[in-house]
Amino acid sequence: MAKVMEMLDLKRLGDVRAPAGFAERVLANVGMADSYAMFETVLGPVYVAWNRLGVSAAMRSESAAEFEGWFRNEIGRQLVRVDPPADLAAKIEDQLEGRRRLRFDLRGLTPFSQAVLHKTLEISRGQVRPYGWIAREIGHPAAVRAVGTALANNPIPYFIPCHRVIRSDGVIGNYGGGGPEAKRQILSLEGVQLTRLQKLARSGLRYEGVKSTKIFCFPTCYHGRQVREENFVYFRDEAEARAAGYRPCKDCRPAVA
Amino acid sequence: MEGTDRVFERLVRDHQHRIYALGLALTGNRHDAEDVAQDTFVRAYRALVTYPPERIRELKQKAWLHRIAVNVVRNRVRGVRPRLVELNGSEPDHGSGPEENVMRRAEIDELAARVACLPPRYREAVVLRHVQELSYAEMADALGQPVGTVKANVHRGLKLLRGENDGKGDGDA
Repeated sequence: MAKVMEMLDLKRLGDVRAPAGFAERVLANVGMADSYAMFETVLGPVYVAWNRLGVSAAMRSESAAEFEGWFRNEIGRQLVRVDPPADLAAKIEDQLEGRRRLRFDLRGLTPFSQAVLHKTLEISRGQVRPYGWIAREIGHPAAVRAVGTALANNPIPYFIPCHRVIRSDGVIGNYGGGGPEAKRQILSLEGVQLTRLQKLARSGLRYEGVKSTKIFCFPTCYHGRQVREENFVYFRDEAEARAAGYRPCKDCRPAVA
Repeated sequence: MEGTDRVFERLVRDHQHRIYALGLALTGNRHDAEDVAQDTFVRAYRALVTYPPERIRELKQKAWLHRIAVNVVRNRVRGVRPRLVELNGSEPDHGSGPEENVMRRAEIDELAARVACLPPRYREAVVLRHVQELSYAEMADALGQPVGTVKANVHRGLKLLRGENDGKGDGDA
């Protein structure tokens, strides 16, 4: 009799069900689903998704539900909300402030889009490049519009700094991460002198040359930072700069050297 | 690779409750049960991606997962006695299923803790036989022991369990 009772009891132990979200946590652990959490950043609250390959998505969504819906549509993988690893918030802060490079998971994007986003990662904080620069650098000089599309669909804005790509006529251009206003705001935060940049662009001046070195750069290039205004000379295009005896900067590469 | 992912997702959905229950019965608490079950599936995934398709097709999933889980538990508790604490729901809530009411949950946790007090070889045998209801052949496979040994361990384990009802189990708690 006692034995029968025991057996019944033990069988009940086998009826225990896994807690809610168990299967999703398994899928996240093996990299088949992404984890996400909300982070307070310099840009305000940002939802960030990641997996074992790196950060896979970021968005300033209104709510967790909105972020989940967007992720399902855009990325198509499963998503699990988790308590973030202790060090992730600091890593994200470092990335957004330009002190660190996180790894990114760009699977699912076309090779072209991946090339565009990888190239965009090379643009330093405080600098901007035109769409055409990306197109030329990745070996598709005619695909300027396609570059625009790839950047507009950047699943990891802020982290992959698509806001640092603007139109060559000085128009800030559209921004997937919250419209032109947000783009302007982030660029200012990063120290880009937008008024100066746009004044130059409106006058049709794309490049700045430094008289002493005879090198021409994009106006936000790091190498122009220490130069006094009277030592600059401005050019409309590459031909004009070369005719004046200037060569393109090897860092910002306004033209093929 | 794509196909393996689909197989694995099915595997998780089909076996998650079974493997979690196994983890609970073998470790005696829900926190370790989650760890063991997660670890089991992660190991299963890592193995699965290295298997050729025909091996995946012919896999006896249930016995295979049990074998992995038993090894996970053996490796993590090597030389360590199972904990006797946390009978009274001091565990952080992992969100029980809707059908698990509080009373039932407490009873089950107590039962699991009692089973966890058995020495490992008896605990494994009793749990696979009477909690998971595996056949002796499946058990022999999962435990890596001959059928005769398994049967003897089940028998001794049950005997011990009955003997412990009002004895040693409460001693350290």
